[in-house]
Amino acid sequence: MDHVFFPAFSRVAISGGTHGNELSGVHIVREMQKHNVNQMGSLSVCPILSNPRSIEVCRRYIDTDLNRCFTDALLSTPLTDSSSCELRRAHELNALLGPKGSDRAMDLVCDLHNTTSNMGLCFIIDFLDWILLHMVKYVQIKMPTAPIRVINTNVASKSLSYSVDSVAKHGFAIEVGPQPHGVLRADIYNMMKEAVDHTLDWLNKFNAGTTFEGDKVEVFVWEKSVDYPRDPETSQLTAVIHPKLQDNDFKLLQHGNPIFKTFTGETVNYEGEDLYPFFINECAYYEKRIAFHLAKKETIAFPPISVKKE
Amino acid sequence: MSSYNNNSVRLNAATKVAVFGGTHGNEMSGVTLVNLWMKNSNEIQRKGVETKPFITNPKAVEKCTRYVDTDLNRAFTAENLSAPGGESLPYEVWRAQEINNMFGPKGSPEAYDVIFDLHNTTSNMGCTLILESSKDHFNLQMMNYIKKALAPASCLVLLNEHPLLKYSTSRSVAKHPVGLEVGPQPQGVLRSNIFDSMRVIIKHALDFIELFNEDVEFPPCTVEVFRVLERVDYPRDANGNIIAMVHPNLQDCDWEPLNPGDPMFQTFDGKTIHYQGPGTVYPTFINEAAYYEKQQAFVTTKRETLVASAVKKS
Repeated sequence: MDHVFFPAFSRVAISGGTHGNELSGVHIVREMQKHNVNQMGSLSVCPILSNPRSIEVCRRYIDTDLNRCFTDALLSTPLTDSSSCELRRAHELNALLGPKGSDRAMDLVCDLHNTTSNMGLCFIIDFLDWILLHMVKYVQIKMPTAPIRVINTNVASKSLSYSVDSVAKHGFAIEVGPQPHGVLRADIYNMMKEAVDHTLDWLNKFNAGTTFEGDKVEVFVWEKSVDYPRDPETSQLTAVIHPKLQDNDFKLLQHGNPIFKTFTGETVNYEGEDLYPFFINECAYYEKRIAFHLAKKETIAFPPISVKKE
Repeated sequence: MSSYNNNSVRLNAATKVAVFGGTHGNEMSGVTLVNLWMKNSNEIQRKGVETKPFITNPKAVEKCTRYVDTDLNRAFTAENLSAPGGESLPYEVWRAQEINNMFGPKGSPEAYDVIFDLHNTTSNMGCTLILESSKDHFNLQMMNYIKKALAPASCLVLLNEHPLLKYSTSRSVAKHPVGLEVGPQPQGVLRSNIFDSMRVIIKHALDFIELFNEDVEFPPCTVEVFRVLERVDYPRDANGNIIAMVHPNLQDCDWEPLNPGDPMFQTFDGKTIHYQGPGTVYPTFINEAAYYEKQQAFVTTKRETLVASAVKKS
C-alpha cells in the first residue's frame, strides 16, 4: 500500500464522564485537571468532563444519553426551553471541541467509557481511519498481555455518527470492562490510563517525524444486535443471558449455541450466521433493547504513514 | 413466645413469612424473583405457611435506582416509623411506615415471623446471609441448615450487631429478619448464576421453615459467623473527593485475611497505602458501589463461632 501523509496533531482532548457513572474516565480526567495537564510534548491537551451534572449524581445521564446527541441533525437542531440537558451540553461541547466537520475541530478526541460487559479494552471507531489503526497497533505492542481489540461501529456516514468523539477530525472511544457502573476498580483504571498514555506517546512520536510501517490488525465490525426475550404485554425480560454466553465477549457464537435461559429454566439457542458477540449484558443497554451486539471479524491492512512536513 | 428448657428454645410455628425484593431498586435478582413469584407463587409455598412475595420500593424499581429520596434499608428507625406527615414525608420514610403496618408493627406479637430481604452487591461476597442478632437461635439454626444444604458451595454468615454500625433494615419489622446478599453483580444487571444462587437459598430456607413447623427438632449446633468490626473509608482530600482506589491485591478478596502491612489502597499515581490495624481482620463489602456515598470502602470483620440452642416448635 502507498505511504500516506497526515498533518501533525496539535490539539487533542481526553473526555471522561460522558456517562456520569463510568468512573475510570471521570477520575483519569480529574487527575489530569488536578495536575494542570494542558501540554504533553508537542500536543496541546484538553482534559474535559463531558457531563458534569450526571457525574455529580453518578448516573448515566440526566434526561437523555449524551453519547447519542452528536449526529449532524441533532447538532443543528435549534435549542428550545424544552431541550434536554444533554442536548444543550452537546451543543456546548460541539462549540468547544468542534464544530463537527470543520477545520477548527479538535484534531483528536479520545472518549473514555466503562462497560459491565467482559470486553477487556476496546478501541471503538466509526470508520476505518489509518491514524487510529496505527495507534491501536502501537498500544497493543506496548501492552502485549492486555486484551485490546478494535470495534468498528460501521456507521453509514459521518453525519450519522452520534458519539461525542465524532466532533473531532479523528475520534474514538476507549471502552474498558468489566466494571460495575458507579464502581472504580484499580485494575481497570490502571489499564485505561496506560492506554491513554501510550496513545499520547504515539501522537508525539508521529509529530516528531517517525515513519510507522504498514501492518494489519483484526477488527470486529458491527453487524446486528439481539434483544432479550420479553413479555409481549409488559416488555419485562423473560430470560437472562445464558451462563455459557455470559462473560464470553468476542468468542465465536455459532448457530445452535445457547444465548438465553428463561426464568423457567429453558434454553434459547442462537439462530443465524456465526458471529462474534460483544457488549454482552451491558447494564445500560437493557433500555435500548440490546442483550448483546454481533460482529464479523476482519483483518484490515493499513499503509505506512508519517507526518506531512510543512 | 419462646421458652427455654434444657438449652432448647421453643417457638411458635412460623406461619407468616415474606420475601422482599427491590428494597434497592437496582438490585436485580430480588426484583426479578419477587416479580416472578407475584405472578406464580407455587415455588415458594410450603405446607402450613403462607409466604408473601413483596416489592418494597416500587418507585425505585421503576427507575432502576437504589432509592428515590433516601435509602429504604436505613429507614426503619423508631423515629421514622412514628413520624407524622404522611405522603409529604420523603418517599422511603412514608413507605417504611406502610411496610411496618403491613408486616409489623416492628416489635409487636402481630409482626411477621420471618422476612427474607433479597439484595445484590458489586462486592465479591458470594452467597452471604446477614444476621442481626447473635441470640436469634431460630435464625442461627436456619442459617446452619442453609449452609449445610448448599455445601460444598459456600454460604457465609455476616453478623451485624455493632451498636454504631447496625442499621434499621426493612426486614427488621419481622421477629426473625434474614438478609440475603449475593454478589458480585453490577447494579441494574441480571446475571444467571447470581439469580440461580439466590433462588436456591430461598428454597432451602423455606424447606427449613416447613420442617420446623412439622415438629422437627433441630439439635444444638455451632455456626461460624463473621462479626462486623468497623467501617473503613477511602482516603479523601479536603473536599471529600476520593484520592485512592481499593488496591488490586484487596479487590475481590472478600472474606480473606487482611494482615497489618498488607496493601489496602492505591493512589491514582500508583502509591500503596497499607492496612495499619492491630491484627488480622476479614474484610467484606469491598468496593460496593452504593457505599461510596456512605463513606465505606469495606468493613472489617472477625471470625466467631456461635452456639445455637436446639429449636423446636412449641
